[in-house]
Amino acid sequence: MVPISYYLVLSAILFSIGVGAFLIKRNIITVFMSIELMLNAVNLTFVAFAHQWRHVSGQIFVFFVMVVAAAEAAVGLAIIIAIFRTRNTLNVDQVDLMKL
Amino acid sequence: MNMQLARILPEVILTITGVIIMLAEPLLQKNSSRKPLGWFAVLGTLAALFASMWQLHLPDGTAYFGTVQTDAYSVFFHVLIAGIVLATLLVSLDSIDGSAESVGEFFALICFGAVGMMLMTSAVELLLVFIGLEISSISTYIMACFRRKSAKGPESAIKYFLLGSFATAFFLYGIALIFGATGTTAIAAIGRILTVGQTPLLAVVGLAMILIGIGFKVSAAPFQVWTPDVYEGAPSPVVGLMSTAPKAAAFAVLLRILYVAFPLLHYHWQPLVWWMAVLSMCVGNLGALRQQNVKRMLAYSSIANAGYLLAAFTALSQEGVAAASFYAVTYAAMNVGIFAVVSHAGGFGDRLTLVQDYRGLAYRSPLLGGAMAFFLISLIGIPFTGGFFGKFYVFAAALHSGMVWLTIIGLINSGIACYYYLRLLAAVYSKPVHTDLLDGIPRPTMPLLLALVLTVAATLILGIVPGQVLSLARAGANTLVPYVTTAMK
Repeated sequence: MVPISYYLVLSAILFSIGVGAFLIKRNIITVFMSIELMLNAVNLTFVAFAHQWRHVSGQIFVFFVMVVAAAEAAVGLAIIIAIFRTRNTLNVDQVDLMKL
Repeated sequence: MNMQLARILPEVILTITGVIIMLAEPLLQKNSSRKPLGWFAVLGTLAALFASMWQLHLPDGTAYFGTVQTDAYSVFFHVLIAGIVLATLLVSLDSIDGSAESVGEFFALICFGAVGMMLMTSAVELLLVFIGLEISSISTYIMACFRRKSAKGPESAIKYFLLGSFATAFFLYGIALIFGATGTTAIAAIGRILTVGQTPLLAVVGLAMILIGIGFKVSAAPFQVWTPDVYEGAPSPVVGLMSTAPKAAAFAVLLRILYVAFPLLHYHWQPLVWWMAVLSMCVGNLGALRQQNVKRMLAYSSIANAGYLLAAFTALSQEGVAAASFYAVTYAAMNVGIFAVVSHAGGFGDRLTLVQDYRGLAYRSPLLGGAMAFFLISLIGIPFTGGFFGKFYVFAAALHSGMVWLTIIGLINSGIACYYYLRLLAAVYSKPVHTDLLDGIPRPTMPLLLALVLTVAATLILGIVPGQVLSLARAGANTLVPYVTTAMK
Protein backbone atom coordinates (compact mmCIF):
# COMPACT_ATOMS: atom_id res chain seq x y z
CA MET A 1 0.00 0.00 0.00
CA VAL A 2 1.19 3.49 -0.81
CA PRO A 3 1.73 5.56 2.38
CA ILE A 4 -0.35 8.71 2.75
CA SER A 5 2.67 10.99 2.80
CA TYR A 6 3.28 10.21 -0.88
CA TYR A 7 -0.12 11.64 -1.78
CA LEU A 8 0.45 14.69 0.38
CA VAL A 9 3.85 15.41 -1.12
CA LEU A 10 2.45 14.95 -4.63
CA SER A 11 -0.43 17.33 -3.94
CA ALA A 12 1.93 19.88 -2.37
CA ILE A 13 4.12 19.71 -5.49
CA LEU A 14 1.07 20.10 -7.75
CA PHE A 15 -0.13 23.06 -5.70
CA SER A 16 3.28 24.72 -5.95
CA ILE A 17 3.38 24.15 -9.72
CA GLY A 18 -0.03 25.83 -9.86
CA VAL A 19 1.19 28.81 -7.84
CA GLY A 20 4.34 29.08 -9.96
CA ALA A 21 2.42 28.91 -13.22
CA PHE A 22 -0.06 31.50 -11.97
CA LEU A 23 2.79 33.92 -11.34
CA ILE A 24 4.86 33.19 -14.45
CA LYS A 25 2.46 32.46 -17.30
CA ARG A 26 1.31 35.31 -19.51
CA ASN A 27 -1.75 33.85 -21.25
CA ILE A 28 -5.00 34.35 -19.33
CA ILE A 29 -6.29 30.86 -20.20
CA THR A 30 -3.08 29.28 -18.91
CA VAL A 31 -3.27 31.35 -15.74
CA PHE A 32 -6.81 30.16 -15.31
CA MET A 33 -5.73 26.55 -15.85
CA SER A 34 -3.10 26.88 -13.15
CA ILE A 35 -5.85 27.84 -10.70
CA GLU A 36 -7.69 24.65 -11.66
CA LEU A 37 -4.48 22.73 -11.00
CA MET A 38 -4.28 24.27 -7.54
CA LEU A 39 -7.89 23.31 -6.81
CA ASN A 40 -7.29 19.74 -7.92
CA ALA A 41 -4.17 19.51 -5.77
CA VAL A 42 -6.40 20.48 -2.85
CA ASN A 43 -8.87 17.76 -3.87
CA LEU A 44 -6.11 15.19 -3.78
CA THR A 45 -5.16 16.33 -0.29
CA PHE A 46 -8.76 16.02 0.86
CA VAL A 47 -9.14 12.51 -0.51
CA ALA A 48 -5.85 11.41 1.04
CA PHE A 49 -6.83 12.75 4.46
CA ALA A 50 -10.32 11.31 4.15
CA HIS A 51 -8.71 7.93 3.62
CA GLN A 52 -6.40 8.42 6.58
CA TRP A 53 -9.19 9.44 8.97
CA ARG A 54 -11.61 6.85 7.51
CA HIS A 55 -14.14 9.64 7.27
CA VAL A 56 -16.27 10.57 4.23
CA SER A 57 -16.51 14.29 5.01
CA GLY A 58 -13.26 14.90 3.13
CA GLN A 59 -14.65 13.22 0.04
CA ILE A 60 -17.89 15.20 0.29
CA PHE A 61 -15.77 18.34 0.40
CA VAL A 62 -14.20 17.29 -2.90
CA PHE A 63 -17.61 17.13 -4.57
CA PHE A 64 -18.35 20.67 -3.46
CA VAL A 65 -14.97 21.89 -4.65
CA MET A 66 -15.62 20.37 -8.07
CA VAL A 67 -19.06 21.99 -8.30
CA VAL A 68 -17.66 25.37 -7.32
CA ALA A 69 -14.75 24.99 -9.75
CA ALA A 70 -17.23 24.32 -12.55
CA ALA A 71 -19.25 27.41 -11.64
CA GLU A 72 -16.07 29.45 -11.50
CA ALA A 73 -15.00 28.14 -14.90
CA ALA A 74 -18.32 29.23 -16.42
CA VAL A 75 -17.99 32.76 -15.07
CA GLY A 76 -14.26 32.96 -15.75
CA LEU A 77 -14.53 31.94 -19.38
CA ALA A 78 -17.36 34.45 -19.88
CA ILE A 79 -15.14 37.21 -18.50
CA ILE A 80 -12.26 36.04 -20.70
CA ILE A 81 -14.52 36.29 -23.78
CA ALA A 82 -15.51 39.81 -22.73
CA ILE A 83 -11.80 40.68 -22.47
CA PHE A 84 -11.03 39.23 -25.88
CA ARG A 85 -13.88 41.18 -27.49
CA THR A 86 -12.66 44.52 -26.18
CA ARG A 87 -8.89 43.94 -26.55
CA ASN A 88 -8.33 41.20 -29.14
CA THR A 89 -5.61 39.76 -26.94
CA LEU A 90 -5.32 37.31 -24.08
CA ASN A 91 -1.89 38.38 -22.93
CA VAL A 92 -1.99 39.64 -19.35
CA ASP A 93 0.77 42.15 -20.09
CA GLN A 94 -1.48 43.89 -22.60
CA VAL A 95 -4.47 44.07 -20.28
CA ASP A 96 -3.03 47.05 -18.46
CA LEU A 97 -5.20 50.11 -18.92
CA MET A 98 -5.21 50.64 -15.18
CA LYS A 99 -1.93 50.95 -13.34
CA LEU A 100 -0.70 52.31 -10.05
CA MET B 1 -42.55 26.69 11.68
CA ASN B 2 -39.84 24.18 10.96
CA MET B 3 -37.01 25.07 13.31
CA GLN B 4 -34.28 24.18 10.83
CA LEU B 5 -35.81 26.33 8.12
CA ALA B 6 -36.23 29.21 10.56
CA ARG B 7 -32.48 29.32 11.05
CA ILE B 8 -31.87 30.10 7.38
CA LEU B 9 -35.04 32.13 6.81
CA PRO B 10 -33.35 35.33 5.52
CA GLU B 11 -31.29 33.31 3.05
CA VAL B 12 -34.40 31.46 1.86
CA ILE B 13 -36.29 34.71 1.34
CA LEU B 14 -33.44 36.25 -0.67
CA THR B 15 -32.99 33.13 -2.79
CA ILE B 16 -36.69 33.06 -3.66
CA THR B 17 -36.57 36.77 -4.48
CA GLY B 18 -33.60 36.26 -6.79
CA VAL B 19 -35.17 33.27 -8.54
CA ILE B 20 -38.46 35.10 -9.09
CA ILE B 21 -36.58 38.08 -10.57
CA MET B 22 -34.69 35.79 -12.99
CA LEU B 23 -37.93 34.06 -14.01
CA ALA B 24 -39.83 37.33 -14.44
CA GLU B 25 -37.13 39.09 -16.44
CA PRO B 26 -37.70 37.28 -19.78
CA LEU B 27 -41.47 37.79 -19.46
CA LEU B 28 -41.11 41.58 -19.45
CA GLN B 29 -41.32 43.54 -22.70
CA LYS B 30 -37.92 43.94 -24.30
CA ASN B 31 -37.73 47.72 -24.00
CA SER B 32 -39.73 48.15 -20.84
CA SER B 33 -38.11 49.41 -17.66
CA ARG B 34 -36.63 46.86 -15.30
CA LYS B 35 -37.27 49.03 -12.27
CA PRO B 36 -40.21 46.97 -10.96
CA LEU B 37 -37.77 44.07 -10.60
CA GLY B 38 -35.46 46.34 -8.63
CA TRP B 39 -38.27 47.37 -6.32
CA PHE B 40 -39.17 43.73 -5.88
CA ALA B 41 -35.56 43.03 -4.85
CA VAL B 42 -35.83 45.93 -2.36
CA LEU B 43 -38.96 44.32 -0.90
CA GLY B 44 -37.25 40.93 -0.65
CA THR B 45 -34.24 42.47 1.09
CA LEU B 46 -36.51 44.28 3.55
CA ALA B 47 -38.24 40.99 4.30
CA ALA B 48 -34.86 39.33 4.82
CA LEU B 49 -33.84 42.20 7.13
CA PHE B 50 -36.89 41.69 9.32
CA ALA B 51 -36.47 37.93 9.20
CA SER B 52 -32.91 38.34 10.53
CA MET B 53 -34.15 40.56 13.35
CA TRP B 54 -36.83 38.00 14.14
CA GLN B 55 -34.12 35.34 14.40
CA LEU B 56 -32.91 37.12 17.53
CA HIS B 57 -35.92 35.63 19.34
CA LEU B 58 -34.88 32.09 18.45
CA PRO B 59 -32.86 30.23 21.05
CA ASP B 60 -29.21 29.95 20.00
CA GLY B 61 -28.50 26.73 18.21
CA THR B 62 -27.40 24.96 15.09
CA ALA B 63 -29.29 23.39 12.22
CA TYR B 64 -28.64 21.15 9.24
CA PHE B 65 -26.16 18.77 10.86
CA GLY B 66 -24.41 21.55 12.72
CA THR B 67 -23.52 23.67 9.71
CA VAL B 68 -25.53 26.85 10.41
CA GLN B 69 -25.77 28.60 13.73
CA THR B 70 -27.99 31.53 14.60
CA ASP B 71 -26.84 33.61 17.53
CA ALA B 72 -26.55 37.29 18.34
CA TYR B 73 -23.30 37.43 16.36
CA SER B 74 -24.73 36.03 13.12
CA VAL B 75 -27.87 38.16 13.42
CA PHE B 76 -25.76 41.30 13.86
CA PHE B 77 -23.93 40.68 10.58
CA HIS B 78 -27.10 39.49 8.80
CA VAL B 79 -28.79 42.79 9.56
CA LEU B 80 -25.69 44.71 8.50
CA ILE B 81 -25.47 42.87 5.16
CA ALA B 82 -29.20 43.26 4.51
CA GLY B 83 -28.86 46.99 5.21
CA ILE B 84 -25.91 47.37 2.83
CA VAL B 85 -27.73 45.44 0.11
CA LEU B 86 -30.83 47.55 0.61
CA ALA B 87 -28.93 50.81 0.18
CA THR B 88 -27.02 49.44 -2.83
CA LEU B 89 -30.24 48.34 -4.53
CA LEU B 90 -31.74 51.80 -4.02
CA VAL B 91 -28.64 53.43 -5.51
CA SER B 92 -28.48 51.07 -8.49
CA LEU B 93 -32.19 51.41 -9.36
CA ASP B 94 -31.40 54.59 -11.27
CA SER B 95 -27.70 54.47 -11.91
CA ILE B 96 -27.68 51.07 -13.62
CA ASP B 97 -30.90 51.58 -15.59
CA GLY B 98 -30.74 52.79 -19.17
CA SER B 99 -27.48 52.11 -20.93
CA ALA B 100 -27.00 48.60 -19.52
CA GLU B 101 -28.85 45.60 -20.87
CA SER B 102 -30.26 42.76 -18.77
CA VAL B 103 -30.59 44.86 -15.64
CA GLY B 104 -32.91 42.31 -14.09
CA GLU B 105 -29.98 39.92 -13.87
CA PHE B 106 -28.11 42.52 -11.86
CA PHE B 107 -30.78 42.71 -9.16
CA ALA B 108 -30.96 38.91 -8.98
CA LEU B 109 -27.17 38.71 -8.62
CA ILE B 110 -27.19 41.17 -5.73
CA CYS B 111 -29.77 38.96 -3.96
CA PHE B 112 -27.76 35.79 -4.58
CA GLY B 113 -24.55 37.46 -3.46
CA ALA B 114 -26.26 38.54 -0.25
CA VAL B 115 -27.30 34.92 0.36
CA GLY B 116 -23.66 33.86 0.18
CA MET B 117 -22.49 36.60 2.53
CA MET B 118 -25.22 35.83 5.04
CA LEU B 119 -24.40 32.12 4.96
CA MET B 120 -20.77 32.97 5.68
CA THR B 121 -21.67 34.84 8.85
CA SER B 122 -23.83 32.06 10.25
CA ALA B 123 -21.66 29.13 9.11
CA VAL B 124 -19.96 27.07 11.79
CA GLU B 125 -18.62 24.47 9.39
CA LEU B 126 -15.72 25.25 7.04
CA LEU B 127 -17.55 23.58 4.16
CA LEU B 128 -20.40 26.06 4.42
CA VAL B 129 -17.95 28.94 4.90
CA PHE B 130 -16.33 27.94 1.62
CA ILE B 131 -19.63 27.67 -0.24
CA GLY B 132 -20.90 31.00 1.13
CA LEU B 133 -17.60 32.65 0.21
CA GLU B 134 -17.86 31.33 -3.34
CA ILE B 135 -21.53 32.28 -3.80
CA SER B 136 -20.72 35.82 -2.78
CA SER B 137 -17.48 35.99 -4.79
CA ILE B 138 -18.91 34.60 -8.03
CA SER B 139 -21.82 37.04 -7.95
CA THR B 140 -19.47 39.95 -7.37
CA TYR B 141 -17.16 38.80 -10.22
CA ILE B 142 -20.13 39.04 -12.59
CA MET B 143 -21.29 42.37 -11.20
CA ALA B 144 -17.78 43.81 -11.55
CA CYS B 145 -17.96 42.97 -15.27
CA PHE B 146 -21.29 44.70 -15.78
CA ARG B 147 -19.90 47.44 -18.03
CA ARG B 148 -18.65 44.82 -20.42
CA LYS B 149 -18.62 47.10 -23.48
CA SER B 150 -16.18 49.51 -21.85
CA ALA B 151 -12.48 48.72 -21.90
CA LYS B 152 -11.98 48.93 -18.15
CA GLY B 153 -14.95 46.81 -17.09
CA PRO B 154 -13.75 43.37 -18.22
CA GLU B 155 -10.18 44.23 -17.23
CA SER B 156 -11.23 44.94 -13.67
CA ALA B 157 -13.37 41.80 -13.63
CA ILE B 158 -10.57 39.53 -14.85
CA LYS B 159 -8.16 40.89 -12.26
CA TYR B 160 -10.74 40.41 -9.55
CA PHE B 161 -11.62 36.94 -10.81
CA LEU B 162 -8.09 35.59 -11.20
CA LEU B 163 -6.79 36.89 -7.88
CA GLY B 164 -10.02 35.97 -6.11
CA SER B 165 -9.84 32.37 -7.34
CA PHE B 166 -6.13 32.24 -6.47
CA ALA B 167 -7.06 33.26 -2.93
CA THR B 168 -9.85 30.69 -2.82
CA ALA B 169 -7.37 27.95 -3.68
CA PHE B 170 -5.18 29.01 -0.74
CA PHE B 171 -8.19 29.14 1.55
CA LEU B 172 -9.18 25.63 0.46
CA TYR B 173 -5.70 24.23 0.91
CA GLY B 174 -5.76 25.65 4.42
CA ILE B 175 -9.03 23.87 5.14
CA ALA B 176 -7.62 20.62 3.73
CA LEU B 177 -4.55 20.80 5.98
CA ILE B 178 -6.66 21.58 9.04
CA PHE B 179 -8.90 18.66 8.15
CA GLY B 180 -5.80 16.54 7.96
CA ALA B 181 -4.58 17.73 11.34
CA THR B 182 -7.86 17.37 13.22
CA GLY B 183 -10.09 15.05 11.19
CA THR B 184 -12.99 17.49 11.17
CA THR B 185 -14.13 20.67 9.44
CA ALA B 186 -16.58 21.86 12.12
CA ILE B 187 -15.16 25.07 13.59
CA ALA B 188 -16.02 24.36 17.23
CA ALA B 189 -14.79 20.77 16.99
CA ILE B 190 -11.44 21.96 15.63
CA GLY B 191 -11.14 24.22 18.66
CA ARG B 192 -11.91 21.33 21.02
CA ILE B 193 -9.44 18.96 19.38
CA LEU B 194 -6.63 21.51 19.32
CA THR B 195 -6.94 22.17 23.07
CA VAL B 196 -5.73 18.67 23.91
CA GLY B 197 -2.23 17.52 23.19
CA GLN B 198 0.46 19.11 21.12
CA THR B 199 -0.53 21.42 18.27
CA PRO B 200 0.17 19.69 14.95
CA LEU B 201 2.32 21.64 12.53
CA LEU B 202 -0.22 20.97 9.78
CA ALA B 203 -2.85 23.00 11.65
CA VAL B 204 -0.50 25.99 11.93
CA VAL B 205 0.32 25.88 8.20
CA GLY B 206 -3.39 25.50 7.43
CA LEU B 207 -4.21 28.52 9.55
CA ALA B 208 -1.60 30.58 7.69
CA MET B 209 -3.15 29.52 4.36
CA ILE B 210 -6.62 30.55 5.58
CA LEU B 211 -5.20 33.93 6.64
CA ILE B 212 -3.79 34.41 3.13
CA GLY B 213 -7.11 33.47 1.53
CA ILE B 214 -9.22 35.76 3.69
CA GLY B 215 -6.54 38.48 3.49
CA PHE B 216 -7.08 38.62 -0.27
CA LYS B 217 -10.84 38.81 0.13
CA VAL B 218 -10.74 41.68 2.60
CA SER B 219 -7.93 43.41 0.65
CA ALA B 220 -5.54 43.54 3.58
CA ALA B 221 -1.90 44.28 2.74
CA PRO B 222 0.22 42.54 1.45
CA PHE B 223 -2.65 40.97 -0.51
CA GLN B 224 -4.21 44.25 -1.62
CA VAL B 225 -2.81 44.74 -5.15
CA TRP B 226 -6.07 44.02 -6.97
CA THR B 227 -8.18 46.53 -5.06
CA PRO B 228 -7.53 49.86 -6.85
CA ASP B 229 -7.82 48.38 -10.35
CA VAL B 230 -11.02 46.52 -9.59
CA TYR B 231 -12.65 49.50 -7.91
CA GLU B 232 -11.70 51.78 -10.78
CA GLY B 233 -13.23 49.60 -13.48
CA ALA B 234 -16.34 48.26 -11.75
CA PRO B 235 -19.61 50.24 -11.74
CA SER B 236 -19.73 52.57 -8.71
CA PRO B 237 -22.82 51.07 -6.97
CA VAL B 238 -21.14 47.66 -7.19
CA VAL B 239 -17.98 49.07 -5.65
CA GLY B 240 -20.06 50.46 -2.80
CA LEU B 241 -21.38 46.95 -2.24
CA MET B 242 -18.19 44.97 -2.66
CA SER B 243 -16.07 47.24 -0.53
CA THR B 244 -18.41 46.68 2.41
CA ALA B 245 -20.71 43.65 2.45
CA PRO B 246 -18.39 40.79 1.33
CA LYS B 247 -15.65 42.27 3.48
CA ALA B 248 -17.89 42.45 6.53
CA ALA B 249 -18.83 38.81 5.93
CA ALA B 250 -15.20 37.77 5.48
CA PHE B 251 -14.19 39.61 8.66
CA ALA B 252 -17.03 37.91 10.54
CA VAL B 253 -15.83 34.52 9.31
CA LEU B 254 -12.23 35.30 10.15
CA LEU B 255 -13.19 36.35 13.69
CA ARG B 256 -15.16 33.14 14.16
CA ILE B 257 -12.35 30.96 12.79
CA LEU B 258 -9.60 32.69 14.77
CA TYR B 259 -11.45 32.89 18.07
CA VAL B 260 -13.47 29.67 18.01
CA ALA B 261 -11.21 27.24 16.14
CA PHE B 262 -7.75 28.59 17.00
CA PRO B 263 -7.93 30.42 20.33
CA LEU B 264 -4.89 28.56 21.63
CA LEU B 265 -2.83 29.29 18.55
CA HIS B 266 -3.08 33.03 19.12
CA TYR B 267 0.64 33.35 19.68
CA HIS B 268 0.98 32.19 16.08
CA TRP B 269 -1.71 34.30 14.45
CA GLN B 270 -1.67 37.40 16.58
CA PRO B 271 1.71 38.68 15.31
CA LEU B 272 0.67 37.87 11.73
CA VAL B 273 -2.57 39.82 12.07
CA TRP B 274 -0.65 42.62 13.80
CA TRP B 275 1.67 42.96 10.80
CA MET B 276 -1.21 42.72 8.35
CA ALA B 277 -2.99 45.53 10.22
CA VAL B 278 0.08 47.79 10.27
CA LEU B 279 0.93 47.11 6.62
CA SER B 280 -2.66 47.68 5.48
CA MET B 281 -2.90 50.98 7.32
CA CYS B 282 0.41 52.27 5.95
CA VAL B 283 0.05 50.97 2.39
CA GLY B 284 -3.56 52.16 2.20
CA ASN B 285 -2.99 55.67 3.49
CA LEU B 286 0.34 56.30 1.75
CA GLY B 287 -1.03 54.89 -1.50
CA ALA B 288 -4.10 57.10 -1.34
CA LEU B 289 -1.97 60.22 -0.98
CA ARG B 290 -0.79 60.17 -4.59
CA GLN B 291 -4.09 59.20 -6.21
CA GLN B 292 -5.88 61.68 -8.45
CA ASN B 293 -8.66 59.27 -9.36
CA VAL B 294 -11.42 59.38 -6.76
CA LYS B 295 -12.40 55.72 -7.00
CA ARG B 296 -8.77 54.58 -6.70
CA MET B 297 -8.32 56.89 -3.74
CA LEU B 298 -11.36 55.34 -2.05
CA ALA B 299 -9.94 51.90 -2.87
CA TYR B 300 -6.75 52.71 -0.98
CA SER B 301 -8.86 54.15 1.81
CA SER B 302 -10.70 50.83 2.01
CA ILE B 303 -7.35 49.01 2.35
CA ALA B 304 -6.49 51.34 5.23
CA ASN B 305 -9.87 50.71 6.83
CA ALA B 306 -9.31 46.96 6.60
CA GLY B 307 -6.15 47.67 8.60
CA TYR B 308 -8.07 49.50 11.35
CA LEU B 309 -10.48 46.58 11.52
CA LEU B 310 -7.66 44.05 11.78
CA ALA B 311 -6.17 46.13 14.59
CA ALA B 312 -9.26 45.29 16.65
CA PHE B 313 -8.68 41.59 15.93
CA THR B 314 -5.37 41.61 17.76
CA ALA B 315 -6.96 42.79 21.00
CA LEU B 316 -7.95 39.20 21.92
CA SER B 317 -10.84 40.42 24.05
CA GLN B 318 -14.60 40.70 23.93
CA GLU B 319 -14.07 44.44 23.59
CA GLY B 320 -11.97 43.85 20.47
CA VAL B 321 -14.61 41.68 18.79
CA ALA B 322 -17.30 44.23 19.62
CA ALA B 323 -15.12 47.06 18.28
CA ALA B 324 -14.48 45.16 15.05
CA SER B 325 -18.20 44.51 14.54
CA PHE B 326 -19.02 48.14 15.32
CA TYR B 327 -16.36 49.38 12.94
CA ALA B 328 -17.73 47.18 10.15
CA VAL B 329 -21.09 48.92 10.57
CA THR B 330 -19.73 52.46 10.60
CA TYR B 331 -17.46 51.82 7.63
CA ALA B 332 -20.36 50.29 5.69
CA ALA B 333 -22.62 53.27 6.38
CA MET B 334 -20.15 55.91 5.23
CA ASN B 335 -18.66 53.96 2.34
CA VAL B 336 -21.96 52.90 0.79
CA GLY B 337 -23.04 56.52 1.19
CA ILE B 338 -20.01 58.04 -0.50
CA PHE B 339 -20.25 55.57 -3.38
CA ALA B 340 -23.94 56.48 -3.73
CA VAL B 341 -22.85 60.09 -4.33
CA VAL B 342 -20.05 59.01 -6.67
CA SER B 343 -22.32 56.78 -8.73
CA HIS B 344 -24.96 59.46 -9.10
CA ALA B 345 -22.51 62.24 -9.91
CA GLY B 346 -20.41 60.10 -12.26
CA GLY B 347 -23.26 58.15 -13.82
CA PHE B 348 -22.95 54.65 -15.23
CA GLY B 349 -20.01 55.61 -17.46
CA ASP B 350 -17.98 57.36 -14.73
CA ARG B 351 -17.94 60.85 -16.26
CA LEU B 352 -16.34 62.31 -13.17
CA THR B 353 -13.13 60.46 -12.41
CA LEU B 354 -10.46 62.80 -11.02
CA VAL B 355 -10.53 64.77 -7.82
CA GLN B 356 -10.52 68.02 -9.79
CA ASP B 357 -13.61 66.90 -11.74
CA TYR B 358 -15.51 67.16 -8.48
CA ARG B 359 -14.65 70.86 -8.15
CA GLY B 360 -17.82 72.78 -7.50
CA LEU B 361 -20.08 69.79 -6.90
CA ALA B 362 -21.55 71.57 -3.90
CA TYR B 363 -22.42 74.59 -6.09
CA ARG B 364 -24.10 72.47 -8.72
CA SER B 365 -25.97 70.33 -6.22
CA PRO B 366 -25.75 71.39 -2.56
CA LEU B 367 -27.39 68.12 -1.55
CA LEU B 368 -24.87 65.82 -3.24
CA GLY B 369 -21.96 68.02 -2.21
CA GLY B 370 -23.19 68.21 1.38
CA ALA B 371 -23.69 64.45 1.60
CA MET B 372 -20.23 63.82 0.19
CA ALA B 373 -18.70 66.28 2.63
CA PHE B 374 -20.48 64.60 5.52
CA PHE B 375 -19.21 61.15 4.55
CA LEU B 376 -15.68 62.47 4.08
CA ILE B 377 -15.81 64.06 7.54
CA SER B 378 -16.91 60.72 8.92
CA LEU B 379 -14.10 58.91 7.08
CA ILE B 380 -11.62 61.36 8.62
CA GLY B 381 -13.12 60.52 12.00
CA ILE B 382 -14.36 63.83 13.34
CA PRO B 383 -16.64 63.59 16.40
CA PHE B 384 -20.43 63.39 15.96
CA THR B 385 -19.97 61.02 13.02
CA GLY B 386 -19.86 57.25 13.06
CA GLY B 387 -16.28 57.18 11.88
CA PHE B 388 -15.08 58.81 15.09
CA PHE B 389 -16.60 56.22 17.43
CA GLY B 390 -15.59 53.39 15.12
CA LYS B 391 -11.92 54.38 15.31
CA PHE B 392 -12.22 55.28 18.98
CA TYR B 393 -13.48 51.83 20.00
CA VAL B 394 -10.95 50.02 17.81
CA PHE B 395 -7.98 51.85 19.26
CA ALA B 396 -9.38 51.74 22.79
CA ALA B 397 -9.67 47.96 22.49
CA ALA B 398 -6.13 47.70 21.11
CA LEU B 399 -4.77 49.96 23.87
CA HIS B 400 -6.52 48.02 26.65
CA SER B 401 -4.82 44.88 25.41
CA GLY B 402 -1.43 46.55 25.57
CA MET B 403 -0.97 47.13 21.84
CA VAL B 404 0.61 50.53 22.35
CA TRP B 405 2.66 50.59 19.16
CA LEU B 406 -0.27 49.47 17.05
CA THR B 407 -2.36 52.30 18.49
CA ILE B 408 0.35 54.86 17.84
CA ILE B 409 0.81 53.70 14.24
CA GLY B 410 -2.96 53.73 13.77
CA LEU B 411 -3.33 57.26 15.09
CA ILE B 412 -0.49 58.53 12.89
CA ASN B 413 -2.22 56.91 9.95
CA SER B 414 -5.52 58.58 10.79
CA GLY B 415 -3.62 61.86 10.64
CA ILE B 416 -2.15 61.07 7.22
CA ALA B 417 -5.60 60.08 5.97
CA CYS B 418 -6.95 63.59 6.71
CA TYR B 419 -4.87 64.97 3.88
CA TYR B 420 -6.41 63.10 0.98
CA TYR B 421 -9.96 63.22 2.33
CA LEU B 422 -9.62 66.97 2.84
CA ARG B 423 -8.28 67.38 -0.70
CA LEU B 424 -11.50 65.90 -2.08
CA LEU B 425 -13.56 67.89 0.41
CA ALA B 426 -11.85 71.13 -0.66
CA ALA B 427 -12.48 70.27 -4.31
CA VAL B 428 -16.18 69.72 -3.67
CA TYR B 429 -16.50 73.17 -2.10
CA SER B 430 -14.30 75.21 -4.43
CA LYS B 431 -15.39 77.24 -7.44
CA PRO B 432 -16.38 75.05 -10.40
CA VAL B 433 -14.05 74.75 -13.40
CA HIS B 434 -15.53 72.04 -15.60
CA THR B 435 -19.10 73.31 -15.62
CA ASP B 436 -19.97 71.09 -18.60
CA LEU B 437 -19.09 67.99 -16.58
CA LEU B 438 -21.16 69.08 -13.61
CA ASP B 439 -24.12 70.18 -15.73
CA GLY B 440 -24.52 66.60 -16.83
CA ILE B 441 -25.43 65.52 -13.32
CA PRO B 442 -29.16 64.76 -13.22
CA ARG B 443 -31.38 65.76 -10.33
CA PRO B 444 -31.24 63.24 -7.48
CA THR B 445 -34.06 60.75 -7.85
CA MET B 446 -36.30 59.37 -5.13
CA PRO B 447 -34.50 56.02 -4.60
CA LEU B 448 -31.13 57.79 -4.41
CA LEU B 449 -32.53 60.24 -1.87
CA LEU B 450 -33.82 57.30 0.17
CA ALA B 451 -30.39 55.64 0.06
CA LEU B 452 -28.68 58.90 1.08
CA VAL B 453 -31.12 59.47 3.94
CA LEU B 454 -30.51 55.90 5.09
CA THR B 455 -26.71 56.15 5.04
CA VAL B 456 -26.51 59.69 6.45
CA ALA B 457 -28.92 58.78 9.24
CA ALA B 458 -26.94 55.63 10.04
CA THR B 459 -23.63 57.54 10.13
CA LEU B 460 -25.15 60.27 12.28
CA ILE B 461 -26.86 57.90 14.72
CA LEU B 462 -23.65 55.89 15.11
CA GLY B 463 -21.83 59.13 15.86
CA ILE B 464 -24.27 60.59 18.37
CA VAL B 465 -25.96 57.63 20.10
CA PRO B 466 -23.72 54.64 19.38
CA GLY B 467 -24.90 52.87 22.55
CA GLN B 468 -27.54 50.63 21.06
CA VAL B 469 -25.49 49.35 18.14
CA LEU B 470 -22.55 48.89 20.45
CA SER B 471 -24.58 46.85 22.91
CA LEU B 472 -25.77 44.65 20.02
CA ALA B 473 -22.15 44.25 18.91
CA ARG B 474 -21.22 43.32 22.50
CA ALA B 475 -24.03 40.78 22.63
CA GLY B 476 -22.67 39.31 19.42
CA ALA B 477 -19.14 39.29 20.79
CA ASN B 478 -20.40 37.49 23.90
CA THR B 479 -21.16 34.40 21.84
CA LEU B 480 -17.45 34.18 21.01
CA VAL B 481 -16.36 35.04 24.55
CA PRO B 482 -15.94 31.55 26.02
CA TYR B 483 -13.34 30.96 23.33
CA VAL B 484 -11.73 34.34 23.84
CA THR B 485 -11.20 33.62 27.52
CA THR B 486 -9.60 30.29 26.62
CA ALA B 487 -7.23 32.23 24.42
CA MET B 488 -6.24 34.55 27.22
CA LYS B 489 -5.14 31.69 29.47
